[in-house]
Amino acid sequence: MDLTLRIWRQKNAKAEGHFETYQVKNISPDSSFLEMLDILNEQLIHEGMDPVAVERGCQSSGPVSFDHDCREGICGACSLYINGRAHGPDDEVTTCQLHMRKFKDGDTITIEPWRSKGFPVIKDLVVDRQAFDKILQAGGFISVGTGGVPDGNAILISHETAEESMDGAACIGCGACVATCKNGSAMLFVAARVSSLALLPQGKVEGAKRAKAMVAKMDELGFGSCTNTRACEMECPKHITVSHIARLNREFLCAKFKD
Amino acid sequence: MAEKLISKIPEGPLSEKWTKHKSQLRVVNPGNKRKLEIIVVGTGLGGASAAASLGELGYNVKIFCISDSPRRAHSIAAQGGINAAKNYQNDNDSVYRLFYETIKGGDYRSREANVYRLAEVSGNIIDQCVAQGVPFAREYGGLLSNRSFGGAQVSRTFYARGQTGQQLLLGAYAALNRQIAAGTVKSYPRHEMLDLVLINGEAKGIIARNLVTGEIERFGAHAVVIASGGYGNTYFLSTNAMNSNGSAAWQCYKKGAFFANPCFAQIHPTCIPVHGDQQSKLTLMSESLRNDGRIWVPKKKEDVEKLRKKQIKPSDIKEEDRDYYLERRYPAFGNLVPRDVASRAAKERCDAGFGVNETGLAVFLDFSTAIARLGEDKIRERYGNLFQMYEKITAVNPYKEPMMIYPAIHYTMGGIWVDYNLQTTIPGLYAIGEANFSDHGGNRLGASALMQGLADGYFILPYTIGDYLAGQILKPKTDTNAPEFEEAEKAVRAKIDKLLSIKGKDTVDEIHKKLGHIMWEYVGMARNEEGLKKAIGLIQDLRKEFWTNVYVAGDKDNFNQELEKALRLADFLEIGELMARDALNRKESCGGHFREEMQTEDGETKRDDENFMYVAAWEYKGQDEAPELHKEPLKYENIKIATRNYKD
Repeated sequence: MDLTLRIWRQKNAKAEGHFETYQVKNISPDSSFLEMLDILNEQLIHEGMDPVAVERGCQSSGPVSFDHDCREGICGACSLYINGRAHGPDDEVTTCQLHMRKFKDGDTITIEPWRSKGFPVIKDLVVDRQAFDKILQAGGFISVGTGGVPDGNAILISHETAEESMDGAACIGCGACVATCKNGSAMLFVAARVSSLALLPQGKVEGAKRAKAMVAKMDELGFGSCTNTRACEMECPKHITVSHIARLNREFLCAKFKD
Repeated sequence: MAEKLISKIPEGPLSEKWTKHKSQLRVVNPGNKRKLEIIVVGTGLGGASAAASLGELGYNVKIFCISDSPRRAHSIAAQGGINAAKNYQNDNDSVYRLFYETIKGGDYRSREANVYRLAEVSGNIIDQCVAQGVPFAREYGGLLSNRSFGGAQVSRTFYARGQTGQQLLLGAYAALNRQIAAGTVKSYPRHEMLDLVLINGEAKGIIARNLVTGEIERFGAHAVVIASGGYGNTYFLSTNAMNSNGSAAWQCYKKGAFFANPCFAQIHPTCIPVHGDQQSKLTLMSESLRNDGRIWVPKKKEDVEKLRKKQIKPSDIKEEDRDYYLERRYPAFGNLVPRDVASRAAKERCDAGFGVNETGLAVFLDFSTAIARLGEDKIRERYGNLFQMYEKITAVNPYKEPMMIYPAIHYTMGGIWVDYNLQTTIPGLYAIGEANFSDHGGNRLGASALMQGLADGYFILPYTIGDYLAGQILKPKTDTNAPEFEEAEKAVRAKIDKLLSIKGKDTVDEIHKKLGHIMWEYVGMARNEEGLKKAIGLIQDLRKEFWTNVYVAGDKDNFNQELEKALRLADFLEIGELMARDALNRKESCGGHFREEMQTEDGETKRDDENFMYVAAWEYKGQDEAPELHKEPLKYENIKIATRNYKD
């Protein structure tokens, strides 16, 4: 299939960005979205190495930068806003799992980086998500050191609880929830971690303290507040639901009462 | 130089070696730990668990990763599970049985004492992860659940759906975050190690490139730990993440660390088949699927033809017309034979013309029997995310029709040579996890990579590195203005300038794909002398082409992914050659290394214990010079060497 691509180009964090338009041809419907971008980049590199084309006014500003790594939907590196949706038109997938069969021959596709105050652009489609690491460093852990822990079976956890905890733990930290939220809130990301740990007896001990510390860090780093639009839930590639936000709020309130 | 290969395996009975050794290792007192600095390169299971544990002990740790966050490391993608000899299932599992099966699975090419220690600490790993809040699968009574994996006759694999690697890494990453918050560990994301710095023959630091700004930076320490994973991406197409690379390990090799058994690469039997030449990577379908999935191809060629022309669906083929070839050839282990055996069996059927897709390079993995027995819901609970992943990629619903799978490069058992302390031939340089060579021999068993990464990082390295650091307490902080740093930085800058100045006609990916084709064709699932000799020549030619005709777009003082790829490919082009040389030297078949000249009548691997029961450790001798081979003999004092048999 042949496609027209409108892609956000931005040299670095300080430069102003703009859209550029490119054509790609003969894309296989079995290719992944990122493989389609690989093909575009090969094309742009070849255009860039041709001095004649550059003299003729070829607009190439080199290959498009985008974050990607595992390409199987688990590392959370890929992060594109495609035709106005985080991770594109398919549900419950990351961009790397999106395949071109979801588009039609002749389509125009608009590709942007995550746009949110908490995630400044580094280059083109690459953004800085270190804020997520900082939120987790504020308390997204159980305070145990290596060694000196009880036997794994000494702590009984019901099948249902383990499964529910796993639902929250499935978060890949991609940032789609933040990018899609009109307030730029990181509430679903924070809630997934707080809730997943609070459900387990090991994590319950520090539950309230953890919730307070992570929410405070989220606010400090410039993420917005949650107004329950549930857009995050709709775009989460791992189908993490807002029920985790409810559990976070409970932990958070408990912490406030204790103060 | 032979004295460099001192394995330091402790004397005494196998089951007492580690305990005795630990008691003899020197320790550093808390006050002195604060004065000592350690660099850890890589944030996967090995790197993250090591850095967290070392930080807890009080050392000053710097940890580096090429991604935007430590959590992106490729351990995250491990699906099926982690082995541990807990014997929770009462199926007569034990430390000895896990040890024995790992040695056997590795086709008697791993070090006995290391593997026994791995089995010994395996149980602690599960306890540690549970305490960290890893949501392992649980039975209804609240106890931990297990599944089976290839090469094992007991159920000892712990899991968290099909996302076990993710959950274990998030556990280690959480422990790491706790130390970063405490100030004992400093994290350097989007930094890539480009050289190792030695002062007076000891590892004292690294040169790294800040991938955002392009700056070349110097970092000093009292010891350096390499936890940068394997070199599977030499093949271009593999199940590794796109950015996984062998460069950190390779710089260590070029600075004098020996590289062991490079030809031992694991080909995983259950990956989604290649669909075309635009493909960028291969996706693994977890080995755990072989618990409930049955592998088959049609018995009749006419059914194969119809399948390829899409005239019939796989489910149209009658039970009696299906060849469940693993169950037929290996009755005792059936679909759960080790990976190398399953991969070769798939290749054998496809080479014989029974491949089931248009390219003829695919076999079926069928769940219909299990769905009939357990119901679709149970299968969804066990493998839901994998089935979804398969459907998203192929547009086929695996609950209705079988999956199509084919072997792909997945893991490298070879790596930097280390002694029992996980120290390389360079004092102060350690290698852990997939980056070292020690535990998996010629073939790694499923669910053992996670076990090894965490064993090294949580329970082994934090003890053994203390023995070295105890000798460093009087040494001052490493001065990064030393001439050795100056020189290393200059070399790195020159290499980058050279790459950017070539301005040829081939893109980095075009050359990498060519390398991948050479590797898969001649250093892949089946190897022979003629092909390997040819491969060495082809790789040398390709390397010349790279250094004279590559085009690296962009500049050095910026975020530049083409430059990152070019620097890694420069190393893959050298790693590939060493893999071929090692494969050529090893005139036997063992584990994942299958030399066509050495096979039994029914096509199984034929080892040559008399001549090749050794670790091949290669020493760098200079650019365009042949490397020197050193041999570490393998001694098996506690198990009887046998031909691997998965038939009965």
